[in-house]
Amino acid sequence: MNRFDFIRPANIAEAVTAAAVPGSVYLAAGTNLLDLMKIGVTRPERVIDISRLPGLDRIEWLSDGSVRIGALMRNADLAYDTRFAATYPAIAEALLSGASAQLRNAATVGGNLLQRTRCAYFQDTASACNRREPGSGCDALHGENRLHAVLGWSEQCIATHPSDFCVPLAALGAVIEIEGVGGRRDIPIESLHSLPDASRALESTLAPGDFITGLRLPPEAASFAGNARYVKLRERTSYAFAVVSAAAMLDMDGDTIRASRLAIGAVAAKPWRAHEAEAVLVGQKAGREIFEKAATAALADARPSGDNAFKITLAHRILVRALMLAYEGTPKVMPALPASPFPEQHLSAPKADLHVA
Amino acid sequence: MPFSISLTVNGQPNSIALDDPRVTLLDLLRERLHLTGTKKGCDRGQCGACTVILDGRRINACLTLAATLDGSTVTTIEGLAEGTELHPVQAAFIACDGLQCGYCTPGQIMSAVGLLSEGHAGNDPERVRELMSGNICRCGAYQGITQAVLEAGQILSQNNTAQSRENGRNAA
Repeated sequence: MNRFDFIRPANIAEAVTAAAVPGSVYLAAGTNLLDLMKIGVTRPERVIDISRLPGLDRIEWLSDGSVRIGALMRNADLAYDTRFAATYPAIAEALLSGASAQLRNAATVGGNLLQRTRCAYFQDTASACNRREPGSGCDALHGENRLHAVLGWSEQCIATHPSDFCVPLAALGAVIEIEGVGGRRDIPIESLHSLPDASRALESTLAPGDFITGLRLPPEAASFAGNARYVKLRERTSYAFAVVSAAAMLDMDGDTIRASRLAIGAVAAKPWRAHEAEAVLVGQKAGREIFEKAATAALADARPSGDNAFKITLAHRILVRALMLAYEGTPKVMPALPASPFPEQHLSAPKADLHVA
Repeated sequence: MPFSISLTVNGQPNSIALDDPRVTLLDLLRERLHLTGTKKGCDRGQCGACTVILDGRRINACLTLAATLDGSTVTTIEGLAEGTELHPVQAAFIACDGLQCGYCTPGQIMSAVGLLSEGHAGNDPERVRELMSGNICRCGAYQGITQAVLEAGQILSQNNTAQSRENGRNAA
């Protein structure tokens, strides 16, 4: 890890001023940043410690039916908040399907929004990476790329955004609250993360000093509570990033879909809201047939970026599975394995001496 | 830029001068406070060997900068037993053979202590496995670890029940 100046601002305004200086980074829990600093991917000259700033670690239920979540709220605290989990069950399920219990106890809401890609070439300083070093190229293009993007990628970058949390947030149209050098502003989550274009691979639309203070979920986001699921396929049962994931939410009127929200995770450089698929579902009778059509619409523009055509098929199936599960209804209790696409197995406790003959 | 933090470790208040902000909680515990029970496995938050209880929550000490912890309270594996009496989770790990080489064990035990205080697993082995997935055991002692967490959970809830009965009697 390189040497850096450690700065503890007393309030948000001081933090913004400090972080606007080039070479600065914000430190909240550090679960992603410290890891990247240890492997030399991030080499900040100034670390601005915002972890103790007051007032940013709470949920506020607003009178218009929306909710505000402070940026320093810990992932576990949000997921286990009873009212929050009942109102936005797919968000709670996504949070609990991510990382480990230790990391969820530390990681913050704001940090989760801005976590960096897990592309191995981004993390390996000996490899070319346009994100880490603009203009150096992309070694993932002709490398190990079976887990890379199938939507919204360019020759500049085929990395994916790793967050689970951001997927239902994108589906529900979360609004990100930012305090910057020029004052306060709100942006929709769909405008927070950038897709690579033909010449660059910018990660977000934030400017130096921009401080995410929190996010809001609009009033209508609460109308999907009864039929909301997050489904995540992993290469091991737990504590792994998604190969593909999906958030599916339905607002039902009997068997008819009044409104729907759909987003796909781990397929692009941002959480991928599937607007076309949502439009396919509106006013239709719920069932596998229309869900298949919606999944087809969601992936109409998908194309492999390497050895990953299977992810398009997988994304289709995970979308259909998520929609079927959402249609069945939000589970009364959080599944033992949140977001697992596999049926629950409540095996009796194995005896400790099972391996003794 | 030297500065100092106050940190309570296993009930002991410490005033620690830091000459370098790069020191993680893990390195502080091991190298400066000589509490080597907390292990360094991956040093990247992937293995859980460095799990400690920070302000009542289990976290990875390797991904926490000590400089951010002024005024905090830490419990490590060294702070669990009361004299020669093992903590119920420690006793259960021995009783259930929840280890082989033992390197991951302090992290497993601290993680289990955190899991039981969080209270989301009940007596469901599937939930225990899921909520212990941040602790890797290369010997593969998972069977015994799961059993130990379940048994310790039962003993702790019995103790709590006995304690509240006792409190009730005292109040009456």
